[in-house]
Amino acid sequence: MSAPDTPLDWVTLSGRRAKGRRPEYFDEPALDRLYSTVFALAAEVSALRERQDTLERLLEARGTLTRAEIEQYVPDREAGRERGLATQAYIARIMRGFQQEVEAMAASDPPIMDVVERLSRE
Amino acid sequence: MASDLPPPYTAMTRHPMMPRVNHDEAARFNFLTHFNRYLSGTIGAGNKLAYEKRVLPAFRAEHGRDPEHRYEIRDAMNRDPWHRTWSALKRNSMEMRQHFGRQVVLRQLDELDAMARQYNEHSGQLELDPAIAQPPYQTAVDIHCQPGGYHGEERPGDVTVGANYDVGLFATTGGALGGLNDGGGQAVVAWVKAERPDWSPRRILDIGCTIGHNAVPIAQAFPEAEVIAIDTAAASLRYGAARAAALGVKNIRFVQASGEDLSRWADGTFDWVQTTMFLHELSAKAMPRILAEAHRVLAPGGLILHIEQPQYSDDMPLFEQFMRDWDAFNNNEPFWSAMHGQDLKQVMAEAGFPRECQFVAGVRAVVDPEIFPPSPDKGEEDYGRAAIWNAYGAWKPLAAEAQVAA
Repeated sequence: MSAPDTPLDWVTLSGRRAKGRRPEYFDEPALDRLYSTVFALAAEVSALRERQDTLERLLEARGTLTRAEIEQYVPDREAGRERGLATQAYIARIMRGFQQEVEAMAASDPPIMDVVERLSRE
Repeated sequence: MASDLPPPYTAMTRHPMMPRVNHDEAARFNFLTHFNRYLSGTIGAGNKLAYEKRVLPAFRAEHGRDPEHRYEIRDAMNRDPWHRTWSALKRNSMEMRQHFGRQVVLRQLDELDAMARQYNEHSGQLELDPAIAQPPYQTAVDIHCQPGGYHGEERPGDVTVGANYDVGLFATTGGALGGLNDGGGQAVVAWVKAERPDWSPRRILDIGCTIGHNAVPIAQAFPEAEVIAIDTAAASLRYGAARAAALGVKNIRFVQASGEDLSRWADGTFDWVQTTMFLHELSAKAMPRILAEAHRVLAPGGLILHIEQPQYSDDMPLFEQFMRDWDAFNNNEPFWSAMHGQDLKQVMAEAGFPRECQFVAGVRAVVDPEIFPPSPDKGEEDYGRAAIWNAYGAWKPLAAEAQVAA
């Protein structure tokens, strides 16, 4: 419990665990962890979409643009290239784990313990 | 299916004590509101399909009979991949609701605490008693997975748990409780006004009031009455009293007291004793003690009324009982299962309310239908979270009637 006069670390405190053992839903604990992250992200994507919708509606209400203009927007060559690159980079970020697993299958690295032992000898 | 759309979070009434949400915080609650409806509706059906298509046939093959208790179904369903997946989703939804609500509350706790203190100092509607111990059924686990339960503190004298309860209830109930989360209390008022149009109770006791969201509408509906709302949890009462004062409701007092010991009130003090979604958060020994105390402080001719989800009876299919039990094991409601398995009429009879004076009535949340669509009629689809309840009640016999009955 915080003292009354210290500022609250609200980010840390907000994630406090509820007392009572949490059921394990999957045989693999990592799956339980993955679910908590994926659905928190899903909530965040939903909130981002809502914020973008608010922006579009406010901009339209003030005559800055219409939402029809957004739907009909066609990027020119340069904008299309920039956006394509950004999408590629994004996919690379979210798919890193899969991509590196494929690389690893090709590389056939020995277990790290083998390297540890070898370097301790050689 | 536009009529099924829940209202946006911003439809909530922004009373002065309600924590302020920014754009994205409201949006996160919107996500949860829709997500919960999706889990209970669209893909909730998967549980029954999994049961009928593979879990029940496998059970029959193994045991040569049908399940005889909801716990047998639970053991079997807890091995089913779909039910485990669905439960993991729902548990995460509950945890997110707490996390999101606590972020809203804790980042503005200084303001909320200061405002609550100011309301409570000026209104005189809060009476705390540090001698009141938290009962074991409130401290064994954090009920609803709300960190700190109803009573925990982030720092002395704070309102975190009460404020978090108020700010996020909308998301858990899919917006079915109305702008002030008071659809349950409004339902009680509507039932009483229809049942006894000319009744004007003078003193009303609400046991286990938490933040008073269901007691305040009773006070509003009976402005001449004095409403006493009690709870063991000071942290919830601090918020609840400030909330009532902020709403301008003056004929209600929030008193820290346990329903198990109402000795500060003489026999027959109250014309009406109310509990709303409270009995299932007790324990096997505490419930009869509280009902006996309620009977003692209730005046002859007075009303006792408990709002709960339906009890499990022999008429209720075991699969439905199992689904309604989900919160007991997955959302920290440890008395839910045992309480709903009891014959509440018998429990009330043992507390002193003769069976012939008892009744059970169906009530549903009363909300502004322009903004808040009514709860779906098929309550069983929500398995315990629809805003449709049973009212278990009794009119306490007058002394002469009691003698005849005896």
